[in-house]
Amino acid sequence: MNDFLRRILFLPEQGSTLASRVDGIHYFIIITTFIVGAGIGLTGFVFLVRYRRRQAHALTPQIEAPAWLEAIYISVPLSFFLLWGALGYQDYVWSRTPPEGALDVYVTGKQWMWKFAHPDGPGEVNVLHVPAGRPVRLLITSRDVIHSFYVPEFRLKMDALPGRYTETWFEAVRPGRYQVLCAEYCGLDHSHMRAEVVALAPAEFEAWRAQRKGAEVASGAGVSEPLVEQGRAVATRAGCFQCHTVDGTPHIGPTWRGLYLREEPLASGGTIRADVAYLTESMMDPQAKLVAGFQPVMPSFQGRLSAAEVASLVEFIQSLRPERPVPPAAQEPVYEPRGR
Amino acid sequence: MSLEGAEPAMPEEHYLNSERGLWSWLTTHDHKRIGVMFLATLLCTFLLGGVYALALRVELLTPGETVMGRLAYNRAFTLHGVIMVWLFLIPSIPTSFGNFLVPLMIGARDVAFPRLNLASFYIFILGAVMTVWAILQGGVDTGWTFYTPFSTATGTDVMPVLLGVFVVGFSTILTGLNFITTVHTMRAPGVGWMKLPLFVWAIYGTSIIQVLATPVLGMVLVLVALERVAGVGLFDPARGGDPLLYQHLFWFYSHPAVYIMILPGMGVISETVSVFSRKNPFSYRVLVWSTAGIAFVGFLTWGHHMFVSGQSALGAGTFSILSMLVAIFTALKIFTWLSTMYRGSIWFSAPFTYVLGFIFLLFFGGMSGVAVAVTSADIHWHDTYFVVAHFHFIMVGASLMAFLGGLHYWFPKMFGRRYPEALGVGTAVLIIFGFIATFLPQFLLGNMGMPRRYADYPERFQSLHVASTAGASLLGFGFLIVAIYLGWSLRHGRVAGRNPWGSRGYEWLSESPPPESNFHEPPSFSHRPHDYAEPENPTEVGHAA
Repeated sequence: MNDFLRRILFLPEQGSTLASRVDGIHYFIIITTFIVGAGIGLTGFVFLVRYRRRQAHALTPQIEAPAWLEAIYISVPLSFFLLWGALGYQDYVWSRTPPEGALDVYVTGKQWMWKFAHPDGPGEVNVLHVPAGRPVRLLITSRDVIHSFYVPEFRLKMDALPGRYTETWFEAVRPGRYQVLCAEYCGLDHSHMRAEVVALAPAEFEAWRAQRKGAEVASGAGVSEPLVEQGRAVATRAGCFQCHTVDGTPHIGPTWRGLYLREEPLASGGTIRADVAYLTESMMDPQAKLVAGFQPVMPSFQGRLSAAEVASLVEFIQSLRPERPVPPAAQEPVYEPRGR
Repeated sequence: MSLEGAEPAMPEEHYLNSERGLWSWLTTHDHKRIGVMFLATLLCTFLLGGVYALALRVELLTPGETVMGRLAYNRAFTLHGVIMVWLFLIPSIPTSFGNFLVPLMIGARDVAFPRLNLASFYIFILGAVMTVWAILQGGVDTGWTFYTPFSTATGTDVMPVLLGVFVVGFSTILTGLNFITTVHTMRAPGVGWMKLPLFVWAIYGTSIIQVLATPVLGMVLVLVALERVAGVGLFDPARGGDPLLYQHLFWFYSHPAVYIMILPGMGVISETVSVFSRKNPFSYRVLVWSTAGIAFVGFLTWGHHMFVSGQSALGAGTFSILSMLVAIFTALKIFTWLSTMYRGSIWFSAPFTYVLGFIFLLFFGGMSGVAVAVTSADIHWHDTYFVVAHFHFIMVGASLMAFLGGLHYWFPKMFGRRYPEALGVGTAVLIIFGFIATFLPQFLLGNMGMPRRYADYPERFQSLHVASTAGASLLGFGFLIVAIYLGWSLRHGRVAGRNPWGSRGYEWLSESPPPESNFHEPPSFSHRPHDYAEPENPTEVGHAA
């Protein structure tokens, strides 16, 4: 049934776990629409034939709608609409909530290409290798104008905005190659801004990753140090340590120690969880969500850090675990762990 | 003007011949003449937008470059969109039929501010000429939505077009103000609020949206211009701006604008369903209150254009539900029109054929609108041809059906002559079929994942594009026939007489075409405008099918 409906509606293959959910609600809406449409059409046809004009000056009875019929006219469509809205919303929230342990990929749209960066090194242009059967989280931004990352087979779309990071995720259900299109008009070559997601079986993906790393080391282009060390190097180079400490002491900016996943109070009120999206956003648009108690002095690093550098920085911050709690009542000198 | 037997005669003097010469038209304060001038102008802009639509369809016949390059294509779809939205769909029914009919329908001699009415015509002409000249000169490649930061960064000449649309906005606001004041202050004795013809209610609701929403458009266009010229950093993140701010402001205007396009059409349909079923509307009250409901809730749904823009999930859910409420009012109207036919006396005329087309397109266009308001489904459809097909069904198809239906229905009123009825019905069927053939394949293209605004596309989409282009040529052919026979009827059509349709609408109480003063002597507005249970006073002037 699913495959039959999918074919007559010209929907592409269901390449992700989201696709079958989206299609399900589509079938529900379209079947209901056609049933109601047929009902309306049939009623109209019967009226046309039954009440066609037979004499030029016919008078017609004055008929006013009874209240109960008006109530039906309102409540029946409304309940269907709300049901669809609720079902769709459930899936929407699901599609906006990346599961734990998803593989992170940074996506940058640029007139007119897609750049991808894996946190552990390999960067790719217009091809994205991912493992099938494992959630992949995308952190998407743009270098210039608004683009939109769209994979029809995955029923997945998310805008790429300059100065902001958007977040979405997918899980490819089987290995294969899936076309990426740009869905937001972005200028001259909008229609040629295409890329490809290559979903590999997990073992093949690991092999690809190892091979890519090896190739980069061999060519000297890539990086042999672990990602965390790269992040530390980037932070030094970019001058992050002038304001941020890594040992827990507050400075001009919040300390990075234990920052990852901490609930931070905001200057504008409320709190925010310092997750990957927030950390990335704060690099690009520091004043957007300012942590309470700090001056808005940080410059934007939009365009000054590459996606791979951002990835390594975030990885570095993630590695700075919080300090262990100091035993409260101890009077004698206590060993305070440094580093990890 | 030969008269044989009971053939009605053309009135000796009417608004068309009361004064002669081009100058008398250009300086007229007569709402009927201004309506006719708007009608003529809008037919020109529609022709221009339509020619470009056909050019786009030809380009998309094959993948790769067919008749124009990518830059030319991007400019062409921008021109098509800008002209169709701002220079045709938004002003179409209110400025032409609204101007002509609202005073007649409320028994007034003219609109409240006749000089302002003429001024808004000239402001419209000024804005339209600026816009068209600008896009023909250099061309703009932003699309009609002018999304930032593309529109502030592109090298093409955006400024004159922004200015042109800005000027057109003033015309819209002034026309809206004029109608609101007219309906409030100029109603003849006996025309109470609950006796207003449904078309007047529709124009009234539309005017309120126009007056409230259009200033936001003006503002955002000025902001984009400032951003381009002075780099004020409102929308550019490199200067601390927010690209989404533009989208919020733009859709705060442009979603209600969709109802500016469709509400007047709903008014036309409410009139024609009743006339050609010769039946009172199944529920006058529902048709009035759903108009008010659409005008109000229409302001609260703009966020459904931004489900994949990184908007918060809660925001998306809220806009999704609010959008469903607008759809309810539309559903109510559809059910009410259908029920109006029950136990009526239905005349399958050309305007009624357009009514059926309207209901069909509104139903499927509306349901696809509900579908894209479902948050998860919209992830797939957003910015694809599904959306293109959806808004063409509603904004273009439905309002065009209403426009053409209204044009046929009121043609005898406006020009005192009739068009060939059988040809009218045949062409209406052709146009409806052509329209469906053009845009049904686009729904399927959207399902396949074909994004909007693509000059070139992967080969798998081609067969549906061919189907769509074939439909578009049928549609163009249909319009051509309408233009020919209506043009011919202007001079050679049968004389219509005062009320050829046997309508109870107030506008038919005066002669066709009406005298310059609208009514020779004030008529009595004792009956309701949609009451077909009693014979018309003084004598029934009906027509046999």
